[in-house]
Amino acid sequence: MASHGVVLLNSWVSMFGMRVMIALKEKGVEYEYREENLTDKSQLLLEMNPIHKKIPVLIHNGKPVCESLIIVQYIDEVWNEKYPLLPSDPYQRAQARFWADYVDQKLYGALRKVLFTKGEEQEEAKEFVDVLKVLEGALGEMPYFGGEKFGYVDIALVTFYCWFYAYETLGGLNIEAECPKLIAWAKRCMERESVSKSLADPHKVYDFAVGLRKKFGVD
Amino acid sequence: MANKEVRVLGAWPSPFVMRARIALNIKKLDYEFLQEQLGSKSELLLKSNPVHKKIPVLIHGDKPICESLVIVQYVDEVWSSGPSILPSDPYDRAIARFWAAYIDDKWFPSLSGIPRAQGEEAKMAAIQQVRDGLELLEDAFVKCSKGKPFFGGDSIGYLDIAFGCFLGWLRVTEKSNGVKLLDETKTPNLAKWAVRFCSDVAVKDVMPDTDKLAEFAKVLFAKFRAPPPSN
Repeated sequence: MASHGVVLLNSWVSMFGMRVMIALKEKGVEYEYREENLTDKSQLLLEMNPIHKKIPVLIHNGKPVCESLIIVQYIDEVWNEKYPLLPSDPYQRAQARFWADYVDQKLYGALRKVLFTKGEEQEEAKEFVDVLKVLEGALGEMPYFGGEKFGYVDIALVTFYCWFYAYETLGGLNIEAECPKLIAWAKRCMERESVSKSLADPHKVYDFAVGLRKKFGVD
Repeated sequence: MANKEVRVLGAWPSPFVMRARIALNIKKLDYEFLQEQLGSKSELLLKSNPVHKKIPVLIHGDKPICESLVIVQYVDEVWSSGPSILPSDPYDRAIARFWAAYIDDKWFPSLSGIPRAQGEEAKMAAIQQVRDGLELLEDAFVKCSKGKPFFGGDSIGYLDIAFGCFLGWLRVTEKSNGVKLLDETKTPNLAKWAVRFCSDVAVKDVMPDTDKLAEFAKVLFAKFRAPPPSN
């Protein structure tokens, strides 16, 4: 294992894996990237994440860390000399954890429903937009979630941005019209190299989503 | 010991609420326990947790903190002079968080799946899922405890709290389905740990009596035709 013993097992299209990439880039951590074929998982992945068999997995000095938000917190705690991702105040930290958890609890499920089911797209689209509106409310007038600095919640959410094009095209929606402040926030985040270099190309994501829909017989 | 007012919005049967109370007990903090009534949500709850409208909520002064594991971490960080709840090493913390997430995302839903299962075959499958999960947690215990009495080591920690809060509902499920889930022959370490956990001073006053919880479960099922709390 090269790169100071940091390896990331990932899949290019995963918004969860992108979170880890952003965190590593923010901290300036060199690492080895390994692309996993999720239809033919590597022995290493199965060994490092036997419980869930999922990416992303961060392997640090031979030891695996799994679950994207847990990995991001781990990165923040190990490489703690610069660019803290979580606030230092305990109440602000609790707010950050709450909102990141909200993204995980609500957004992914809503997104999947629109992309991979047929028939009730309009209803699912509404659910997805409702979740985005709650998040937009939490952002308020601040440049980033939690204030002036880019951090944990921004990382948790912004990786979904590259999936919005697929969502809009397949779900028949205009997210910018519904949540203009959120889109402005996402574009602001994209000005950071860590984000623009980690997010996948939205058109490639769209092609991937179309492929998956065909595979699962949705289209 | 609390400098500011500490209140917990909750209900005695909820394992998630128990997590918050155990954390406060570990830190030896006084708090006011405000119980919600089954079937209705107080104004204070709706105001303090408008996003999920769920218990527990910790209100510290005038600041609400929601989601049980977020609360536990908050208590640990604010009252940092008391006994530590999260491990100090970042890798150990990541492992504790991983298993806590596993318990919330996979294991507890599998436990809730037993009373929901339709038909004998489905029930047996649900029971097996819970037992498989317990075997994984037995391994996790051996790795995390490193020979000590708790997941957290010498004293109760994050993962003990995250998992131990479900022991009451585990026993109720065993009783009402006539099945042994936590088996001392299959998961000997967990079985011993469970006894230790339930008798710990931070736990014993907030762990509900199994019979009382079983009675409550009957009321809950009758009122909502639904199995144990799944928040």
